[in-house]
Amino acid sequence: MNFNKLLNAVASETRTGGATAAATRTRGRRRTNPDFADLDANATHTVIEASHISQRFTSEKGHETTVLDDISFNLHEGEIVAVLGRSGAGKSTFLRILAGLVEPSDGQVSYRGKALDGPNPGVALVFQTFALMPWLTVQANVELGLEANGMPRAKRHELALAAIDAIGLDGFESAYPKELSGGMRQRVGIARALVLRPDALFMDEPFSALDVLTAENLRQEVLKLYQNRENAIKSILIVTHNIEEAVQMADRVVVLGSHPGHLIAQVPIDLSRPRDKHSAEFEATVDRLYAILTGKSRATDSQKSEKETARPRNSNKPSPVSSTSVSLSTADADTMKRQDNETVGLLPNATPGGLAGLLDVVSNYPVGVDLADLAADLSFEVDDLFPLIDAGTMLGLMTVSRGHCTITRSGERWCHADVLDAKRLFAGLAMEHAPLVRTIDHALRHHPDKGLRGELILDLLRRQHTDEEARLQFAIAVTWGRYGELFDYDADDDRLTLDEANR
Amino acid sequence: MTMFFTNPASPIAGRPGANAHDGARRPSLAARVLSDCAVVAGILAILAAIAWLVPAINAPVGPNGVPSTISTDPVNLPYYALRSVFRMALALLFSLIFTFAYGLSAARSRRLGKVLIPLLDILQSVPILGFLSATVTIWLALFPGSMMGVEAASIFAIFTSQAWNMTFSFYRSLKSEPVELDEAARNLRLTRWQRFWTLDVPNSMIPLIWNMMMSVGGGWFFLTASEMISVGNHTYALPGIGSYVAAASAEESPAKICWAILTMVIVVLLVDVCVWKPMTAWAEKFRITQSESSTPKRSVALTLIRQSHIDEWLGRLLRPVGDLLERVTRPLGRTGATWGARPGRRRAGDIAFDVTVGALVTFGAAELLVAISHSTGLGELGRAFGLGGITFLRVALLTLLCSAVWVPVGAIIGMNPRISRLVQPLVQVLASFPANFIFPFAVMFFVTCGVDINWGSILLMALGTQWYILFNIIAGASAIPDDLVEMSKSLRMGTWMRWRTLILPAVFGSWVTGGITAAGGAWNASIVSEIVSYGRHTLVAHGLGSYIAEATAHGEGMKTIIGVAVMAIFVVAVNRLFWNPLQRLADRRFMVG
Repeated sequence: MNFNKLLNAVASETRTGGATAAATRTRGRRRTNPDFADLDANATHTVIEASHISQRFTSEKGHETTVLDDISFNLHEGEIVAVLGRSGAGKSTFLRILAGLVEPSDGQVSYRGKALDGPNPGVALVFQTFALMPWLTVQANVELGLEANGMPRAKRHELALAAIDAIGLDGFESAYPKELSGGMRQRVGIARALVLRPDALFMDEPFSALDVLTAENLRQEVLKLYQNRENAIKSILIVTHNIEEAVQMADRVVVLGSHPGHLIAQVPIDLSRPRDKHSAEFEATVDRLYAILTGKSRATDSQKSEKETARPRNSNKPSPVSSTSVSLSTADADTMKRQDNETVGLLPNATPGGLAGLLDVVSNYPVGVDLADLAADLSFEVDDLFPLIDAGTMLGLMTVSRGHCTITRSGERWCHADVLDAKRLFAGLAMEHAPLVRTIDHALRHHPDKGLRGELILDLLRRQHTDEEARLQFAIAVTWGRYGELFDYDADDDRLTLDEANR
Repeated sequence: MTMFFTNPASPIAGRPGANAHDGARRPSLAARVLSDCAVVAGILAILAAIAWLVPAINAPVGPNGVPSTISTDPVNLPYYALRSVFRMALALLFSLIFTFAYGLSAARSRRLGKVLIPLLDILQSVPILGFLSATVTIWLALFPGSMMGVEAASIFAIFTSQAWNMTFSFYRSLKSEPVELDEAARNLRLTRWQRFWTLDVPNSMIPLIWNMMMSVGGGWFFLTASEMISVGNHTYALPGIGSYVAAASAEESPAKICWAILTMVIVVLLVDVCVWKPMTAWAEKFRITQSESSTPKRSVALTLIRQSHIDEWLGRLLRPVGDLLERVTRPLGRTGATWGARPGRRRAGDIAFDVTVGALVTFGAAELLVAISHSTGLGELGRAFGLGGITFLRVALLTLLCSAVWVPVGAIIGMNPRISRLVQPLVQVLASFPANFIFPFAVMFFVTCGVDINWGSILLMALGTQWYILFNIIAGASAIPDDLVEMSKSLRMGTWMRWRTLILPAVFGSWVTGGITAAGGAWNASIVSEIVSYGRHTLVAHGLGSYIAEATAHGEGMKTIIGVAVMAIFVVAVNRLFWNPLQRLADRRFMVG
């Protein structure tokens, strides 16, 4: 990753930020950019250094898909870094590579200057699903890591009790995880990590399985523990899809773009702690992150407009959203000759029903609404909201600009249409804007039997994507096609057919 | 995957924390002391029994060689039962060790797994006589002049009827460990030893215990064949309840057989109460799901042990041992400490490995064919396949008939919680009762009524294997969600429509699981069901089972090999071509909930 370009990009983003946002931004923002440079340049306090890591998978048929592309990143002592990205950005893979649980296909991770060839000894991990051994008591769970280090029984007993007390679990030592609520279980997970006094505490969406109040409470506790130097946590890396969480906790936010995962931006957050969620600076930062994330979601044709908002961009890649051309003709020369250069772009994972619901909400705001407010209204996190937003913009039902979304004319029309008209409108929009839907429809029309095996489409998708992603794309296309009465799919026979209404 | 049981057929999913709450109301001191007495008495009894049995096991062989029959005085039955149980326990212990070693190697080494798992598939389709005829001389030579040789052969035979499905279950559990727990173990840098005991074993415990119960049931079924070993025109009889039944049957004494059956019923019940009930209740703490459910599993024996001080004493006693083992095993290294070779080199290694294994297998198969054509001629192979076809038809018919009978019955039982609570333990006990103990009566019936054994053997095979279908169906039916049942009522569905749209689809998956087990068991059972004798009557059906049994008894090694190989081919092929697709269909379409 070209660091200078990134730096310039971040700087230029700051300079060209929208008028409203710029007004609320503090001068501190500009001042921090040099800090950002200093941080990366200063290698003496680097805990973990990842250079040019990529992760690729080769499917059984030999197609290669890239999950992470050329990411360089340093974690320093004394900072909390949040990794933010939408689904498909490979956040969790990124975290696991840094933790040494997954071997990168390319590049190298080092811990305190020593290259990793296995699990990172300086990292303790807190899991989204807690990952406690259900058959061990709280105490035994917390002691596991100490026991692995060969610590004598009495000593590890004492340390575990101290960690259990520190996270507010005293009295629960002999309970089994099954008996605890989600919040309490995650406390055990945190105690198990804390007791190891890790150089880096890694948290993989640690609060997303908890209810809103418990999550908020636990976030504060983690911050307190971190600020209390006795606990000797040198740094925290937290993966999240909750933008507010990132802004609330982090000193620096790393934003990853999707398909394949790559570094879009590193945004320093220098708001004073404790942070007030309702302060103007806080909200501006949240808006800005929303803007960065939406920018990367646009289809190819809208990318020229990105110049003016000047989002930092991974230097040497043509397009972050993989609009890849797939030659259908190689798979079935007879039926698909014409689609030679058909492009297959990714469909966002949204259902027509969800989309209709979102448009209903957005249509209540004649002048549009900020994504951050929308997310707060619906208590949606990034992964809930963005697929819908992407689908809406892809189909031209709404437009999003700098984190502000507005319904379009055709959006209004779809919203107020009756069931049959809505289906017809949707079908038209999907045929026009959703390449995969169009591809399937064309292929079906040109096939003599008006029918195709679904596996054929899946195979085409697998050339570009992981098997999982290919299946997801196929399922979305089928859902959209079925809703629009374009085509139908019989899962038992694995057969796609043109819908009666579409013949 | 013949005799393999994935679904712990229990509608009762165990209440979370049931065990932990036991401490909430502490038993009185008197109760605790009484429990202590009971537990100590139990332990002393076990130790005394072992001390009493061991000298007899290692007794020298008398001047007339290993006896070929045993006394059928019913007074001896308790002693025989004890011997049989002891044998069974030892075999189970070895099965467990084998399971851990084989399962770990297959799951942890990608390359070994590619060989070991198909091999296991073949091993479990090889009938017990195949193993016996191949190894009995080795065992006798290992312990010259001692009864220990025959004892070892017998224990080995029982082992071969127990180990495979346990190994499959352990392997499956290892392969399906929750990803985040595996990551947690590696992130915490657990030692291999630590990981084995804190993750691998606990995670596999529930299916493993269920498979151990099944294994012991299977072991009882082949007890006669393992205790009264007829190989190469020789019969070696060991004191045990299986030999007793064989001897009593040779004497044509129904009364003695009844005594043996009574003893067996008592043994099965005792084992159930003293071993399986406490173990399954205890294993509930290893259940990963968080779901709440109705009634906790209870066991008198477990409560007794929990109330006593014995667990604390044992804990204190064993702690230094545990610590020592922990230190000693440290050099084994940490789990997943390094990533291993790069993909490129890995692939090269894979190819080299595949080529070597492929060459070895081809060479072995070719050698075998050459050996067959030299000794018996390839025509014998054809004959064996023909007989295999007959046995195949028998197994197919049996599976159909048992399904036709037990699917409706099982579904009715399973959908009525009150009946199923009563019936299910009964079915489990029945399933572990060795059906071949009543074969003598069946033979009497066949002889008096003139039933052709070619048909009769189907009944005999079914006696042992029908239960698998029944209790899987019960479990499946009791898992049908209440709201679906209520829906079918509110729509006023007719009986047939309700069965067609709800009940049959909902139990399909359980039926497949039960069917695989039953059919696989039936193949193995054919060697004792297609040739049965009672006194002077010996009934022999045409089929692969009788072919193998006769070849073994007459010491025709090559024929035994041919028979065993053909049977393995049949079982593996039927599983691959018939059951596996059905199982996939069940997973895809008929998962309830």
